[in-house]
Formats: sequence, structure tokens, C-alpha cells
Amino acid sequence: MSDLPLLDRRLVLVTGKGGVGKTTVATAFALHAARRGRRVALVEVAARDHVSRAFGLGPADVFRERPLTDGLVHVSVDAEPALREYLADQLPVRAMADVLTGSRAFAYLAAATPGFRELLTVGKIWELAQDTRRTPGARPYDLVVVDAPATGHAVALLDAPRTFADAARVGPIARQGRTISEMLLDPRRTAVLAVTTAEELPVGETLMLRDDLRRVLGAEPALVVANAVRAARLTGPEVERASAAAPAPVARAVRRAHDVTREQQAQLGRLRRALQGSDVPVVTLPFAGDGDLSPAELDGLGGLLGRRLERTAAAVAS
Amino acid sequence: MSVARRLEGKRVCIVAGSGGVGKTTTSAAIALGLAAEGKRVAVVTIDPARRLASALGLEELGNEPHRVDPALFAQAGVEVRGELWAMMLDAKRTFDELIERLSPDERTRREILDNRIYQELSGAVAGTQEFTAIAKLYELDRDGNYDVVILDTPPSRNALDFLDAPDRLTSFFEGRALKLFLAPSGLAAKVAARGTGVVFSVLKRVTGVDLLQDLSVFFRALGGIIDGFTERASGVKALLADPGTTFLIVTSPQREPVDEAIFFRGKLDEARMPFGGLIVNRVTPGAGDEEVDVPALTASLTEGLGGSLAGKVAKTYAEAQALARRDRRAIARLQEELRVSDPVLVPQLDGDVHDIGGLARVQQHLFASDAERERLLAQAAGLA
Repeated sequence: MSDLPLLDRRLVLVTGKGGVGKTTVATAFALHAARRGRRVALVEVAARDHVSRAFGLGPADVFRERPLTDGLVHVSVDAEPALREYLADQLPVRAMADVLTGSRAFAYLAAATPGFRELLTVGKIWELAQDTRRTPGARPYDLVVVDAPATGHAVALLDAPRTFADAARVGPIARQGRTISEMLLDPRRTAVLAVTTAEELPVGETLMLRDDLRRVLGAEPALVVANAVRAARLTGPEVERASAAAPAPVARAVRRAHDVTREQQAQLGRLRRALQGSDVPVVTLPFAGDGDLSPAELDGLGGLLGRRLERTAAAVAS
Repeated sequence: MSVARRLEGKRVCIVAGSGGVGKTTTSAAIALGLAAEGKRVAVVTIDPARRLASALGLEELGNEPHRVDPALFAQAGVEVRGELWAMMLDAKRTFDELIERLSPDERTRREILDNRIYQELSGAVAGTQEFTAIAKLYELDRDGNYDVVILDTPPSRNALDFLDAPDRLTSFFEGRALKLFLAPSGLAAKVAARGTGVVFSVLKRVTGVDLLQDLSVFFRALGGIIDGFTERASGVKALLADPGTTFLIVTSPQREPVDEAIFFRGKLDEARMPFGGLIVNRVTPGAGDEEVDVPALTASLTEGLGGSLAGKVAKTYAEAQALARRDRRAIARLQEELRVSDPVLVPQLDGDVHDIGGLARVQQHLFASDAERERLLAQAAGLA
């Protein structure tokens, strides 16, 4: 486990179960890093254009690095175009690359070869995080934040270069796989940020992700963000009094809100207990409605996340 | 219309929707409801929550359904007159079994199962689950041991992978061209189309020779089962479009799952596959389309509760009503986009639904008559 703050990594992979607000947290974290003076790339994999939508932009072109705010650039990454780019980069003659990408057989090969798609995706992400960019005229980034696919796929993404290098054994892809793998498996450079909500299944999935990370990569998540946590407004006795005195629908709503916060606290407790003894901090973010947040709201959330990260770091240090 | 009515005369029910909307619980509850009515039902789950799995005895090994003890449900107040069978899909094993069944001889079988590429391919997270889930469904339907088979779909990021799975695999296996130019003999290279030699040398350059060799062994071995495989895949495809099959879409009122549900419905139509209805889980119960007047409510509660508590209670109620209104808007959008007049709404249920009791409660909502379901929703909102 690295004790480097998240902002000093080169690559932060944000992952979690569907519907926990992964994109929101990834964007908020990227905005926070940009405010701290980092040059940040926010990467969406297999774009669903959530980020573009939040910032009022049209659908992203794959690989186009689009500025969102000061110091923050959005990039959408997809395996297919990554393949074309990779081949063009690998082969001395453009025509050769065209032969390959145009061959149906090659498409099958790419589909059949274990970890190939993930390798291409992660290869492009890796390229963004290099001091010397291979893309002509592109500037390097201090930090690349990835809105990664669902939990199971995140581990596959991190493990792909190694899987592939092992499968190919020799040759240029194997060599590159090893180079990329070296960065992904280095906790000083790469971190996984797991997003969850304080609910049973997402918490379970987060703990499973942690087991997988340990087993496959020998790493821990650098941070768990419990998103959409509701503040308890009423104490137990207050709920009792309100239930007795208020009209039925009001009483019902109050009891339900109380049940939800109680269940959430229980799940947070379960999460913290399971992570006890490890250095994995858990930071909570408040429930912010679940419509689309505006850039200003995302920025506010980023600021809050930053403050909570710093508080956690200070608590660890003391 | 209740779920029971929607499933009348169906042999296969595929439960689709985005991850995290309660698909697995819904699938199991549908199976329970049908079994209670006297049918022999099998439910295939993909990735059940651990507690639901242990509640149903799904952790038992074996890639086949096993019968769930009806006494479990009797304790939760549900009488199962038929039979409920449940299984958890083991994707790798399903794939292996399929290869075994389709292999013409022992040698082909071994060559495929021992091949490194196959092992990676069949163990991959993405794609394999979708394909093997349908393969399993097909098998259970063909065996004819059950009146109905319910399939919970994989929690893929994109439910569409599921519809594409048979096609993708078929076209993959029909990649004869690949086998041709991977064949190391110069003969094959001459027979094949122009450019093959170039492709091969370029490939060698990019991937390395070892990988190519592995791949060529893999494809050669697969050659022996391609016909069987293609036949199987077209059978599967036919099953998906069969009048005895229906797709139920499950969602929660959140934006992302709603988008996914709308998208999926469009794809079902494109693929001419039968859509059987919509289930919306975790609906915030509420009443009235007006925003809550917090000061007025506070004032009316102050006498009973005191000013500060009254204020907090009013705010809490206002928030709950806002969520209920948001959910109603989402449901209206779903009705319009999916052209569904009467979705089955299941309110946010208190406490845990990942046990037998929870399953019985979900089942109660799904199988209630329309009037009864209305009453349950009103009850959840504290109005009945």
C-alpha cells in the first residue's frame, strides 16, 4: 500500500457497481485535482457521454482531448479505434495497418485473444499518463482519472497487459504489455478508487473488489468513497414522537427516512469493520439528488471530497 | 395487469435490465409466484447476493437446477403447490459442457479444453456469461422438464450484449478465413484470397509467433465443432424470438437504469423479440403532485411536536414527496417511451429483501391483482 496522496499518482481508476454514482465521483475528484493545480485527463471508457452531458457538450469523439475547465480535459476511449491507432503506430507502412484493420479475420482474432480489448483500452489510458506522449504534439498529464467500467471489469483492465504478455510471451505486444503492466501494478503510480453506496449489494461488491485486487494484483484500493449517504435528521425518540403526532403519510415518510439512514449507517459500519486494520480509508459524500449534477454542483462535490480526503490524511498522520 | 397474467402461456421468461435494480430478486420472486400457482419452474440466476443464494440453497455445486424446499416458503406464508428449482450459472463450466457435447471425438475435445486461448476465452468476464446464460436456457427449455424457465440476465454494463451474444459467437465461429490463413502450410496460403501472405506476416510482426501458433491450434480444433455450434446458436436465436418466450424489463426510477430500459426496448423491437412488460422496483411511495408547503406543515405540526422538531419533520416529508414526484416523472417517461400503459410498480420495501421473507414480499407485489397492488402502494405511502 502506498502512502502517497491520491493527487500525486499518475493514474486513478474509479470503479464500482452500476448506479452508485461512479461518474459523478470520478468527475468530482478530477475537478478537485484540477483545482489543486494538476493537469488532469478525465477518461470515460466505452463512452456513455455522461461527462459530456454534464458539461453541456455534445457526444465525444473518441480520443479527442476536450477541455472541460481550467486544467481538466475529457477523453473518451474505446477499444476499436485504439486498435487502429495502435497498429498504425506499430507498423512501418500505413497500408499494412489498413490491411489488418480491414480484415474480418483480424477482428475475430482480436475478439478471441484473451485480454486484447482491455489491453488496447488500457494501453491508450497508459499513453495519456506518460511524460512523453506518443501522440504527436500532445502534452503530458499529471494525473489521469478513469471512469472505469463495472467492478469486475476494472480488475480485468488492470490485469490485461500482464495476461496478454503471458499469452503472447514474445513479440512487441508482449513487450509493451509488460511495460504497461509495470506502471499499473506500481502503487506509487496507480491507484484504484472504489465507489459504493451505503447499501448491502454495493458494499458487498466493494469488499469483493478488494479481495480480487489483493488476489490478482497484490494491491488494495487506495480509497473507498461511500456516495449518496443521507444525514440523519431525527433521533430515534424524535421519530417516535413524530409518528404518534403527525398525519399518517408524514409519519410514514419520517419512519422510512429514519429506516434508510439506519440501514445506511449499518452498512457503513460493515464496510469499515471489514476494512479495519488495512490502510484503506472510507470517505462519505452526501446524497445530492440523483438527477444530473451541474458543473458547479460537481465542483462543489469535488471541493467537499478534497476536504474530506485531507481530513482523513491528517487523521492517519496523527 | 399482474405478472402472472403477462406470463400466461409462456415457457421462457427473460428478465432484463440494468445492474443494481433488483433483477435477481425479481427473477426469483417471479419463479416463486409461478411455482405457488402450481407450475414446475426453474430459475437461472447469474450473480445472486450471497444471502439470497444461501437462502435458496444456490451455493450447492453442480451446474444444474436443484429443488428449493417448499417448507422454506411455507414458513414465510407462501404455499408452493408446484415446484421451484433454482441454480446459479457457472459460465466456464457451461461452456466446457457445451464443447464436450459438440466435439465429434475425444481428441477434438481435449485439444479445445486444454488450449490456453480457449481457457482464457471461456473464463473471460465479458461476453461469456451472456452466451452461456442463453445456452443454459436453451438446454433447460429443450429438456422439457419444466413448465417455465426464468432467466436472470448478467449484470453487464449493457444489456444488449445479451441479445447480440448468439450472433457474435456464430460469426466468430464462421471465421473460416482465419483458419485458412493461420494454417502454417503454404498451400492454404495459396488457396486463400490475395493478401493472406501479407496479413500473416504483419500479424506475426504484431503478435509474435507463439500466440499465432496457439491461435491456429485453437481454430483448427474448433473447426471440428463449428457446424454443431452454428446449429446450436441458430436454435438459441430462434428461442429468443419464439412466441413462447417473453422479455420482462426491470428498472428502478433512477435515470441510468431508465435510459437503459428505454434503449433495450428499442433493441428488442429491432430484433423482433417479444416484450412482455415492465416492472419498476424501489418506487418511493407518495401522494400528490404539489410541492409540500414546508412552513404551513411546520405550523400545523408545531402544536403537537414543538417548533424545531416540527420543522425537521416537515422538511423530511418534503424531501420524501420530492423523491416520490421524481419517481412518478420517471415512470411517466417509461410508460411513454416503452409504450406500456400499466407497469408493475413495486415500492421501496422496508428492510432486507435478500431472504425468503423478502422474496415472498416481492412476490406478493408482483402477483397481486391490480386493485390489490394499488392498495399495497397506498399502504406503503401511509394512505391506507
